[in-house]
Amino acid sequence: MRLSVDHRTTYRFSSPQARLTQLLRLIPDGTHDQSVASWNLHVDCDARLRHGRDGFGNRTTMLYVEGPIESIEIAVSGEVLTHSSNGVVHGAHEPLPPAVFLRATPLTTPDADIAAFASAIPDGDPITRLHALNLAVHRRFALDRGRAVAGRSAITAFSQGAASPRDMAQVFITAARVLDVPARYVSGYSPVCAVGAGRPAPHGWAEAYVAGLGWVAFDPCTGLSADEAYARVAVALDSAGAAPVAGSRLGEGEEMLDVDLHVDRSGQ
Amino acid sequence: MGMRSAFDEIMGQAGSTTPRAELAALGNWIATTPDAELRRRQQSAEATFRQLGITFAVYGDSDASERIIPFDIVPRIFLASEWARLSEGLVQRVEAINAFLHDIYGERRILSDGVLPPDLIFGNPQFRPEIAGIRPPHDVWAHICGIDLVRTGPDDFFVLEDNARTPSGVSYMLENREAMLRLCPELFRDFRVAAVDSYPDRLLETMKSVAPQGVAAPVCVVLTPGHYNSAYYEHSFLADSMGVELVEAADLVVDDDIVWMRTIAGRVKVDVIYRRIDDDYLDPLVFRPDSMLGVPGLIAAYAAGNVAILNAPGNGIADDKAIYSYMPEIVKFYSGGEPKLPNVETWRCREPQALKYVLDNLADVVVKLVDGSGGYGMLVGPTATKAEIEAFRAALIAEPHRYIAQPTLALSTVPTMTDAGLAPRHVDFRPFVLTGSKGVQVVPGGLTRVALKEGSLVVNSSQGGGTKDSFVLMDDGAQPLEAQTQTQSQEQTA
Repeated sequence: MRLSVDHRTTYRFSSPQARLTQLLRLIPDGTHDQSVASWNLHVDCDARLRHGRDGFGNRTTMLYVEGPIESIEIAVSGEVLTHSSNGVVHGAHEPLPPAVFLRATPLTTPDADIAAFASAIPDGDPITRLHALNLAVHRRFALDRGRAVAGRSAITAFSQGAASPRDMAQVFITAARVLDVPARYVSGYSPVCAVGAGRPAPHGWAEAYVAGLGWVAFDPCTGLSADEAYARVAVALDSAGAAPVAGSRLGEGEEMLDVDLHVDRSGQ
Repeated sequence: MGMRSAFDEIMGQAGSTTPRAELAALGNWIATTPDAELRRRQQSAEATFRQLGITFAVYGDSDASERIIPFDIVPRIFLASEWARLSEGLVQRVEAINAFLHDIYGERRILSDGVLPPDLIFGNPQFRPEIAGIRPPHDVWAHICGIDLVRTGPDDFFVLEDNARTPSGVSYMLENREAMLRLCPELFRDFRVAAVDSYPDRLLETMKSVAPQGVAAPVCVVLTPGHYNSAYYEHSFLADSMGVELVEAADLVVDDDIVWMRTIAGRVKVDVIYRRIDDDYLDPLVFRPDSMLGVPGLIAAYAAGNVAILNAPGNGIADDKAIYSYMPEIVKFYSGGEPKLPNVETWRCREPQALKYVLDNLADVVVKLVDGSGGYGMLVGPTATKAEIEAFRAALIAEPHRYIAQPTLALSTVPTMTDAGLAPRHVDFRPFVLTGSKGVQVVPGGLTRVALKEGSLVVNSSQGGGTKDSFVLMDDGAQPLEAQTQTQSQEQTA
């Protein structure tokens, strides 16, 4: 499948900022299941960009802007060719072993409710259990199509009736780790679960590690494994670690975030 | 166990009434200096410390947030031959710590060879996946180590704890010595004592040696969390004595993966940072996002090889208490030889058999929280009440993986001034070991901590401990030795 992505992130500041420092995870890597046909990152002001990789193997871009700056638009666009792999990830850059992804973070610490929810998944072979967990998360929440609340933990998300894709993914990985399955958050692009043409944020789903198979992608938003309609960009222990933009600014006032995102599929 | 069987560092074996032959001069000094005079000098030293502001904050004690650590006037003394052996063990240990960090954030050979259980690393919060794969300049990780030792006999030293993050206490080593030179000059005529006042020069030399390749005149800074920190005195003292800037996060800015310091004269590029802030607060873009102490972009600059950070981020995995019990295997794995400095025997309560032994012997052992420090969350069996023992029994049964236990050692004693005159008190020792690009050196001195309460084995300053000067003799009465132990470091991946 050919997925074309057009993703613009705009920050506007209520008063000019003296400096912006951002860590971007906006560039996908090729795997055996996805190849990046074209990809551009463009910033609408005089920014210095430095490319690298983080500890999880994600491509990163450091963005440095000196002020005064009132707004910035970060635009990525490109095309990714994907192949169906039944959700199994092949050939990704994996600097860390699966066991790292068993640890809880502040956003993915379970409480008794999540632990009970996870433990209620019937015993079975690992892949069946993970599918059951994925479906259970999917059924538990109504889809919140608005922008995810920044910094919301799995515990908080679990207590709500509706959840963003990000929150559902985070509940999934928290619960999977309760079952002693390595699990991680994935940030990337997919046309699923969209309303009309636009999306409020890049998509978030999960990958869980199954011995013998490797990392398998699950999207509790659909209740299914992620298929060729997904382009993965970054993985981490939680949504904060895989955030497309982590930023710091020097200056007074508020910031207003605006995201314009279109993901289209063309051809099988 | 306890004091009766303890080795006294001045008097020799327990029960001895005359000092060790090599230390006769100190015995004589003790015998001929009236207690009142010793107390007067001690008070003079403490008055100076108070004036300088060498205070520390006691956690959980909001009333007495600023106290000085009591100083004891009687020094502890290492013979040159004792020090030489000890230094060899320290160098081997610190080389192993550096090799371990290089490996665990790189190839992880020690795991593939089955020496350590992988979950001990990967499940440990001190293993920081965020910085995995980054290689610090010159592959040096643990530039400044404080290795806590205890002693039970003339040549019986044991490592109690490794400190490979931001060990503090070196300012006490320096200030205690200065006080002793001023108040007890006669001791420095009786003994040839290795100088410690070169420490700031050695530290600066270490910092410059690990600057990124190609930097001719590296700019070094000390990064402090600020004056509210309990060790702020030490931060400013070290910056002052090295002649480098003391900065807070807000003074630094990263641009284009390069660290800059704001000065009145404009931006100055920074090459080496001796940070005295925890990993969590280094860079809000990588670690805790709510941190106001950090420098956004610092880890990117570090990953790009444009700045050295002392000690390297992620070092906590090397001095974690859960890792400690495996240090003999770790030293063996990287050095290829037997550890010259043994560990204190340690029971890992996560192992059922060890747990059973510990529960059966709670009155005789010391129990520690794996993730505790500063003497908190600790049970000293022989001096604990029945209620304390039962509280720990319940805690151990509930969460055994959080605890380790060790035998109660007959820690060595040193004569110490008490209300009732001089009396033996238990001590431990923190030597400081520096690793630069050219090798490892042991500073000839260190921080002696003394448990001021009779019979107490807890030396932490937060628990009523004091400090003493630590003399390292340059000769055993014969020819002077070179004061400094310097070895070339092994290839770390060898």
